[in-house]
Amino acid sequence: MAIYNLTVNSKKVKVDVEDDMPLLWVVRDIVGLKGTKFGCGMALCGACTVHLDGQPARSCQTPVSSIGKITKITTIEGIGDVKLHAIQQAWIEEQVPQCGYCQSGQIMSAVALLKTNANPNDQDIDAAMSGNLCRCGTYDRIRKAIHRAAETIKVEEKGIGKR
Amino acid sequence: MENIQTSRRDFLKTTGLTSFGLALGISAFSKDAVVKKINPAILKLEINPFIIIDTAGNITIVNPRPDMGQGSTQAVPSLLAEELEVRLDQVKIIQSDGKDKYGSQTSGGSSSVRSLWEPIRKAGAAARDMLTETAAKRWNVPVAECIAKDGTIIHKPTGKSLAYGELADDASKLEIPKNPKLKDPKDFTILGKYNKRLDVPERVTGKAIYGIDIDIPGMVYASILHSPMLHGKVIAVDDTETKKVKGVIKVIKTERTMPHRTSEAVAVIGTNYWAALKGRKALAVKWDNADYEKTLSTEKYFTDTYEAAKKEGINFEEKGDFDAKYSSAAKKLESNYETPFLAHAPIEPENAVVHVKDDGSIEIWAPVQGPDWALRDVCAYMKVAPEKVKINVTLLGGAFGRKAYHDFLLEACHLSKELKKPVKVVWTREDDISQGPYRPGMLSHMQGFIQDGKIVGYHHHAIGESILGQVYKGLKPDEADPWLSEEISTNNNKYSFDVASKVSWTHVKTDIPVVWWRSVYASNFGWGQECFIDELAHLAGKDPLKARLEIIKDERFRKVLETLAEKSAWGEKLAEGQGKGIAVFKSFDSISATCITVTKKDSGVKIDKVVSIIDCGYYVNPDNVKAQTEGNIVMGITAATKDGITFTNGVCDQSNFHQYNIMRLNEMPEIEIHIVDSGSSPGGVGEPGLPPIAPALGNAIFAATGKRMRKLPFDITNLKV
Ligand code: FES
Ligand code: FES
Repeated sequence: MAIYNLTVNSKKVKVDVEDDMPLLWVVRDIVGLKGTKFGCGMALCGACTVHLDGQPARSCQTPVSSIGKITKITTIEGIGDVKLHAIQQAWIEEQVPQCGYCQSGQIMSAVALLKTNANPNDQDIDAAMSGNLCRCGTYDRIRKAIHRAAETIKVEEKGIGKR
Repeated sequence: MENIQTSRRDFLKTTGLTSFGLALGISAFSKDAVVKKINPAILKLEINPFIIIDTAGNITIVNPRPDMGQGSTQAVPSLLAEELEVRLDQVKIIQSDGKDKYGSQTSGGSSSVRSLWEPIRKAGAAARDMLTETAAKRWNVPVAECIAKDGTIIHKPTGKSLAYGELADDASKLEIPKNPKLKDPKDFTILGKYNKRLDVPERVTGKAIYGIDIDIPGMVYASILHSPMLHGKVIAVDDTETKKVKGVIKVIKTERTMPHRTSEAVAVIGTNYWAALKGRKALAVKWDNADYEKTLSTEKYFTDTYEAAKKEGINFEEKGDFDAKYSSAAKKLESNYETPFLAHAPIEPENAVVHVKDDGSIEIWAPVQGPDWALRDVCAYMKVAPEKVKINVTLLGGAFGRKAYHDFLLEACHLSKELKKPVKVVWTREDDISQGPYRPGMLSHMQGFIQDGKIVGYHHHAIGESILGQVYKGLKPDEADPWLSEEISTNNNKYSFDVASKVSWTHVKTDIPVVWWRSVYASNFGWGQECFIDELAHLAGKDPLKARLEIIKDERFRKVLETLAEKSAWGEKLAEGQGKGIAVFKSFDSISATCITVTKKDSGVKIDKVVSIIDCGYYVNPDNVKAQTEGNIVMGITAATKDGITFTNGVCDQSNFHQYNIMRLNEMPEIEIHIVDSGSSPGGVGEPGLPPIAPALGNAIFAATGKRMRKLPFDITNLKV
């Protein structure tokens, strides 16, 4: 057991856990943020995706001890907590979720994609999103929603530019 | 799905919140409604079990069908809201708790809308009429001058209005109208219209609460080591290493109860889930596996099914003397079509929180498809009365049939009773994939013949394990599985064969646990039926669409096929190496047809496009019909081209998504879905899109490559063509 000082969604938290406890369970059971999901525990499904300093990572395969110098951990609860993110808005517009269980992970992957690539084409989307499984089969809508979100961001930015 | 007879008593039962009530169960319209009044000191009023209106005007609708992603949280309340004349954004929706007064409450068999279409609308209409009558009386005006809209009754001539909350008290004292008038579908404002699902926002912000997210004070976590050969017995447990894991509280022998048998298991209890899981992985358990090494074998099972295909089965239905006509037929064909065992693999693994309290009462929080079935199973297992059990149904992170099988819930019941604490059981993905229950693998032995270029003789011999037989009541040796009627009876799937036809059955048993999986046997038998019809069409030298139309008279089927032909540009010139395949299948009262286009690529094919047509009669939300059909395309392609479940020497060969692959986003073909508006009574939506997918693909592969696929699954990138 060791004490870890983490910054989750801009909040400082102190946890006293086993070194090998995956970040997934730290976030869910110790910090109490349940939006990050467990699906496979083997980095195969993406349900547990969070951002470590903005980079998408599978929290089920990230022991808390490996967090080291990472300054910022972001979970689904930290995305658009003030105003919905364009991705979340697009997810609603396209009515993407069915059961919704995989969608925290899908959204974390999609948000990370748009951060590095504001105008992704289908191949970019394939590359960024193929690690996230959806058993309900919402892939077609995920693709559409990412294109839609990219459009919205473009329009918003233009609007700001004009002002 | 099992068609369970719930006792649907019409009775009044005040809810915890209701001090006055008037109950109008959903079957109130088939019998005399029982109206009973109690203490009229009103806080909240239960106009009927599905509608609760309080004096502040808050309206709560009880949704009796759990939401596993199929959209029942919108669909069922929409039926009620349409007739009650409220908007969905005006009401709060809660989930029913399994008690009798809500009638049947299991999401399964694509039944929610098709079975509740009339009763739930009547419940809404009755309440609306009672509220309208009350307002008219209060104003002393004719009822005909009053209309209901958005939760108020309006007196048209004067424009004065009263909110439902102001009327509910008096309304509840009225007789329940026996035959309230239902709206004409042309006046619908909610049903059949595009409406966004109001539960989507919580599913994009991480706020939606699934079973796995439940935390209650004093709760401990359990990870359970199940027998690797499913039914083995524990001989010895060495928990030395487990006990060294920080956070492990206890190691306890436990049990997994399936409907037909109970297996031994070992649970590790922890202060957090990780500790319990880590402790479980450190266990060394010696199992007595009896002879399961030999009996748990998919190879043996399929060998048995192929043997059975050589012998005669039990007739389910027969027209003409098939065998005699077949043996004398000049142009005939015989083939076997195989489908594998499959795991459901919802991304949320099985889990449950149970608290068996000191007074013997039990509270449950769990992602179950049917709180009524769960209540039945828990009461039987724990030997308690239903009044002692409270079930809180959470959202389900996918289910596909799996979460109507309550082994995981009973495990939590057992452990909570033993530990005298609330317990949360969470299965791992490995538990989910390698423990079952599974869709049974099945064999379709097909025979058919043609005359004068027309398919006139057809025999579908269905072979394999019976879900009904294994899970429920057993099957007599001379009994054909009655579930075939939903799937392949010629009465359901409307082909008519001029000379002779037959559906038969042979029961091949297995110790591998089986249960329904999305679309049940339709997902197995659609493969044999629709590929074989394609084979016969080619034998007849006919276009597969024309050959089908020749033997289908049913107007709805024809319309679906014609729409498919139009939307998929059937018959138009194909590019080099391209092929198209079609299939049509009726299940759960809906007809779905699919056309898949593939292109030959290296030694396999690539799926270019999938066009699916569905006629599900009246529906609630066209966008949800499309979403479910999209889901069926993905699940159908996965089932055809990814992994099956196999058992070798008693052990499941698959454990996680690296061995049990699921289609990924980069593999998604172009898709197109069209709804045929037949205006027929509502059919299912959650499942009927699946059965035609695999055969349409198999037929497309044949068209593109000349290779006839008869065994699922196959790797489309490597078909050796
Ligand atoms: S739970 Fe981490 S990738 Fe599946
Ligand atoms: S929406 Fe259910 S798993 Fe993706």
